[in-house]
Amino acid sequence: MKFKGVDFYNIDSLLTDEEKLTRDTVREFVETRIVPIIEDCYEKCRFPIELVKEMGELGLLGPTLPAEYGCAGLGQVAYGLVSQELERGDSGIRSFASVQGSLVMYPIYTFGSEEQRRKWLPQLAKGEKIGCFGLTEPDFGSNPAGMLTRAKRTRNGWLLNGSKAWITNGTIADVAVVWAKCEDEGNQIRGFLVEKGTKGFSAPEIHRKHSLRASVTSELIFEDCEIPEENILPGSGGLKSPLMCLSQARYGIAWGAIGAAMACYTTALEYALGRIQFDRPIASFQLQQAKFADMITEITKAQLLALQLGRLKEQGKATPAQISMAKRNNVAMALEVARTSRTILGGNGITADYPIMRHMNNLESVYTYEGTHDIHTLIIGAEVTGIQAFR
Amino acid sequence: MKILVCVKQVPSRDAILRLNETSQWIQERDIAYEVNEPDAYAVEEALRIKEKLGGEVVILSMGPERAQITIKDALAKGATRAIHICDPKLEHLDPLTQCRVMAEAIRREGFDLLFTGLQSDDNGFGQTGVILGELLGVPSATIAMAVEIQPDGKTVKVKRELESGWFQWYELPLPASITIQSGLNQPRYATLKGIMEAKKKPIQKLSAANLGFDEAALTPKQHVEKVYFPVKNKKTEIIEGSAKEAAAKLAAKLKEARALV
Ligand SMILES: Cc1cc2nc3c(=O)[nH]c(=O)nc-3n(C[C@H](O)[C@H](O)[C@H](O)COP(=O)(O)OP(=O)(O)OC[C@H]3O[C@@H](n4cnc5c(N)ncnc54)[C@H](O)[C@@H]3O)c2cc1C
Repeated sequence: MKFKGVDFYNIDSLLTDEEKLTRDTVREFVETRIVPIIEDCYEKCRFPIELVKEMGELGLLGPTLPAEYGCAGLGQVAYGLVSQELERGDSGIRSFASVQGSLVMYPIYTFGSEEQRRKWLPQLAKGEKIGCFGLTEPDFGSNPAGMLTRAKRTRNGWLLNGSKAWITNGTIADVAVVWAKCEDEGNQIRGFLVEKGTKGFSAPEIHRKHSLRASVTSELIFEDCEIPEENILPGSGGLKSPLMCLSQARYGIAWGAIGAAMACYTTALEYALGRIQFDRPIASFQLQQAKFADMITEITKAQLLALQLGRLKEQGKATPAQISMAKRNNVAMALEVARTSRTILGGNGITADYPIMRHMNNLESVYTYEGTHDIHTLIIGAEVTGIQAFR
Repeated sequence: MKILVCVKQVPSRDAILRLNETSQWIQERDIAYEVNEPDAYAVEEALRIKEKLGGEVVILSMGPERAQITIKDALAKGATRAIHICDPKLEHLDPLTQCRVMAEAIRREGFDLLFTGLQSDDNGFGQTGVILGELLGVPSATIAMAVEIQPDGKTVKVKRELESGWFQWYELPLPASITIQSGLNQPRYATLKGIMEAKKKPIQKLSAANLGFDEAALTPKQHVEKVYFPVKNKKTEIIEGSAKEAAAKLAAKLKEARALV
């Protein structure tokens, strides 16, 4: 059956025509291009790189950036709906788009020079070039301020040393946005564009993942990498810069998680209506109905949380703590919905004949990246009490 | 080449339909709508001709306020601009009266080629394209599976679908009205850029009065008495006798039911 989304509260009536058309375009793309191949990609641990240019043509990469750089200039809610639909397909595909748009194109647009924008944004928007974002390090995940990667001034640029871990798109990227401490600037964190093929730069893939198998995750290694002066992001400075990028990506994730939850919920509902036990569809048993009642309620709450956050963001009023709340709640919600949906499918729920277990495994990564669930708890806690509990 | 494409918004194919209070139509609230299927192909065909020969594609839709999204979808895919005939007085008209209103708007606009879907997924009258052709005084061709503008730019060749896999090629002078069959091309997606650009494209709104139609001119020539769901009456009949006798009886019964000719 064709995916129709979940809309218990007539949330559609709160969307503009443009937002609905955007959602429908991406839904159609996911239905025809991603759903048919994704289980196979997941099983084979393969990112469907052949879809990148198509995603570019549709405008799914960096969609909120302005038209002069080849982007669609979408509003924040429309962008959220793009993430939702992509993640309905697979969190790995959404991760690809989040990184490309929010973590690569956004910093180039926000902190980059006009030359950097003109050089990279149109190609990244078309999917002719792929980007990655290197913040996390093997020893510094939740605490990126402690990063060890260093940039040292040279005569015509910078010398980069260090390593990054868990970097989405790393191995397939043409350009990496890398965050490093500048020794000559009082260890201030700055962003650099490291191009594929730079001497001393390698990006080995991380294998044996049980999650996000249809997405590439890599290490980035920098050994005396010479970075020309024109590749530093001139507007970047301090940890605030990468955190601004994360705010963009986390916002998209808050919507994306709803898509994964919808996929699990609708699969479970269809299954429960068709599966007969004790001569009745299992959907007719109160225990199963309670699960559906809980799931649809949680999905609906998550939709409203994301939508209001989007409207605030459109007015430039969304705070980082509000974004944390939506990311934290919606991802945890999706994981819970995935687990509950899995129980409804019984044994069938663990196979690749249904998308649930894949979503469930994927969501374990989504729960951890872009600030773990715990870290977002602490951000909200700090906001309401005024007391920082990180250390 | 100026191509006018008539586009209708209809209840979505998988909408769960309920009858309204008077059983004269369906409940229109709370259901999803979409573009009438062959109309989507008509839009695509028009866009392809425009991309090849230049000119413009003008969308014409008659329908309530909610039809805006269907119009915007066609604009997002690349149509140049649109005309929306929107007036509560124009709801539930018979095909002829409806076409009279549309023909007036089309006459004012002018066109080289007029596309409609071959029928609508809701009423299924299948008359709009041919009545419009008649009212506008141009030749029509129906159930088009291919449309080829000839090099002289004055005629169009149309491949019509007949029965049992037969086709017919037909040449018409322009301007002409052609009704489009689903499946003659692969409609494109609206890109996100297209959706945003469509916001800037003009949609001219027209009422019945704008087009010079008063109450009297809109008196319906036909109206719907009643709509109802198909009544399912399943009947099982066991045919007795030897295999040979039973087969003969079955064949006779099928002939009688016109299932076998
Ligand atoms: C598939 C995948 C893709 C990723 N892609 C990228 C990418 O593209 N770019 C990038 O830069 N990073 C990426 N990451 C990294 C991700 O952001 C980090 O994994 C995340 O920030 C957590 O860091 P960590 O794994 O080092 O865990 P840690 O920080 O070691 O945390 C381990 C546990 O300790 C808890 N914890 C830590 N500090 C505290 C505290 N103060 N109080 C209470 N609990 C605490 C955490 O909540 C967690 O439960 C990716 C990760 C994965 C799994």
